[in-house]
Amino acid sequence: MRYLRRKALFYLVAVWAAVTLNFLIPRLIKGNPVDAVLAKTQNMTPMSPEARRALELQFGVSDDPLWQQYLGYLGNLLRGEFGLSVAYYPTPVSKVLSQSLPWTVVMVGIATVLSVLLGITLGMLAGWRRGTWLDALVPTTTFLAAIPYFWLALVLLYLLGGVLGWFPLNSGYSYETTIGFNWPFLRSAIYHGILPAASIVLASVAGWLLGMRNMMVSTMAEDYVLTAEAKGLRPGRIMVQYAARNAVLPSVAGFAITLGFVVSGSIATEIVFSYPGVGMSLVAAVANADYPLLQGIFLVISLAVLGANFVVDLLYAVIDPRTRQAG
Amino acid sequence: MTLDTTAVTGTDVVLSVRDLSVVYDGADPVRAVRDVSFDLARGEVLGIAGESGCGKSTLAYAITRLLKPPGRVASGEVVFHPADGPPVDLSTLHGEPLRRFRWNRVAMVFQGAMNALNPVLSVRRQLADVFTAHRPELRRAEREERCRELLDLVGIGPERLSAYPHELSGGMRQRVLIAMAMALRPDVVVMDEPTTALDVVVQRDILEEIDRLRARFGFAVVFITHDLSLLLEISDRLAVMYGGRIVEYGRAADLHAAPAHPYTVGLLRSFPRLRGERTVLHGVPGSPPDLSRPLTGCAFTARCPYVFDACHHTDPSLRVAGTTRAACLHYDPALRPDGPPEALRAGRFDSGPAECAVEEAGGDPPVDTTGRQPRREAAEPPQASTDPVTAQAESAPERDGAAPETGPWPPTGGGTR
Repeated sequence: MRYLRRKALFYLVAVWAAVTLNFLIPRLIKGNPVDAVLAKTQNMTPMSPEARRALELQFGVSDDPLWQQYLGYLGNLLRGEFGLSVAYYPTPVSKVLSQSLPWTVVMVGIATVLSVLLGITLGMLAGWRRGTWLDALVPTTTFLAAIPYFWLALVLLYLLGGVLGWFPLNSGYSYETTIGFNWPFLRSAIYHGILPAASIVLASVAGWLLGMRNMMVSTMAEDYVLTAEAKGLRPGRIMVQYAARNAVLPSVAGFAITLGFVVSGSIATEIVFSYPGVGMSLVAAVANADYPLLQGIFLVISLAVLGANFVVDLLYAVIDPRTRQAG
Repeated sequence: MTLDTTAVTGTDVVLSVRDLSVVYDGADPVRAVRDVSFDLARGEVLGIAGESGCGKSTLAYAITRLLKPPGRVASGEVVFHPADGPPVDLSTLHGEPLRRFRWNRVAMVFQGAMNALNPVLSVRRQLADVFTAHRPELRRAEREERCRELLDLVGIGPERLSAYPHELSGGMRQRVLIAMAMALRPDVVVMDEPTTALDVVVQRDILEEIDRLRARFGFAVVFITHDLSLLLEISDRLAVMYGGRIVEYGRAADLHAAPAHPYTVGLLRSFPRLRGERTVLHGVPGSPPDLSRPLTGCAFTARCPYVFDACHHTDPSLRVAGTTRAACLHYDPALRPDGPPEALRAGRFDSGPAECAVEEAGGDPPVDTTGRQPRREAAEPPQASTDPVTAQAESAPERDGAAPETGPWPPTGGGTR
């Protein structure tokens, strides 16, 4: 329990730091969103100071002292208000996020978890049966990982989507369905998600497999695995409880980092498959100097990274008793 | 060969090893164990001594069928004789029967201070594992009860069942491992350096624990360590290994009183005596032979002070040498009608191709170093001389004069007697 408290405290401090940095950074950047909107709407006629003032208020540009702005910012955050998006003007940032985030989290999240589970399981087997046909998985998957991702994704899309027509070419769902918790929509969302998810799994499974396989091989040389064998335990139990459970620890740490970046989305994936996720929003925000949206996305990303790390820290404590005690 | 080591004929043999050879395959195959034979009597302690790389642990793994590729048993057999039922040739066991045989009949104790315990499983899980694998009929509560009993056997409180290995001291971990070995009341327990990483006080406790348990359950022990002095104390019988072979085999008391093989003599002189006169400590200079190269003669020739012509082309096998059995050509009546040289019989190892006076005798400077010239050997420079120039100057003429590796027996040079 002490471990949990210490961890929770640490993450609270980290969240505060992330939020504060997120407040400061845009204010250190030159230019302000009002100019960006004016440039975007290509308003050639000179603008009245009143109208400009109104826009400034909308975007939260103010001459208040910094601490007052900071308090106001924190208050807005608690209410879930990030301001208005420039790229999707006049949609609020929170709405843009709530529309794009679920797509990314579900599709990239599932793909990442699948890739990790698949890679670790295959890596465990390949390490356990070193030197058999399973070891051929290593060069095969490494080959897939060595192909530049966007090219692999394009080829998949072209062959499976274009030539064979098995999968849709773009979007996250069929526009004939209504978004909501209904079967036609879910089915079309799953159908649209398979190809992008598969491309992510194909490209990333090699890393997990290789890492796990090599850790497995070195763990199997440990005395406790030999002891387990001498004890006459069943091979399956030795493989999972004695070898794999120790070998998986580095992969869990790697998983923590990857999980956090699920939220930022696989930008390449979303662009190639025209998937309506955070990655696409991020690209749009950058292209339009959409600071409020960028700020919102970055905040969500940092919170997600911290959250994922927290979860994995807890997971780590469950599988490795030594971390529970440390400190 | 069979005659050589079946000194325990008539008694009840629990494990017999015959002409066992182990090879590590590779570009230069390493013959780590060569034609080893011995019998283990029910309830006895057999000590296996030898320095690192002599094949002790490989032998243990070959006996317990734990060798991993590229290691493999090239020839020979290991036969287990249960108290009830026909003998079992271990090499014929595979898969499920082998798994069931393990721990039931032959258990093993590894060096626990290192990582013979799984760091991520509690002591309870690791002890209970044995029962779930071998006694699946036991209920959960019964398993728990057995685990408590096991810890109790080695004097650890049952509250430690929930502990993880990193929460235990080195001595406790070793006790847990011993308790684990007792789980199924095996006939034989192979112990591979079980006390090596422990301090002497804990080491003493562990040895007493093993002795007590042995008196209670009557299992036989194969005790492997490089610590010959320890083995002399605890073993009934002793096998000294060198270069993958047993070079001397006999009752521990006999081996201590009258060691026959020059290597045993050298080993016995490389640790200090607690009582009795102060003597200079000698190591056995040089290092073990490279077993990946074919050996034409005795493996010990390069380091043996008593080497003679025949040693270079005849690989000796064990034969009667006084009260023990030794693999040394000095005890071959055909080659040495007058028996072994006087110095060897007197247990001296001081006319060797190189010497080192080890300054370990209780921190006191070694006495009787006057008149000794440190001589240089390629593998291990003498520790006594720190100035290389002086050492070189001293050793050069000696080397030319004596050349003990190739000189006739007895060596004329040396001047230490």
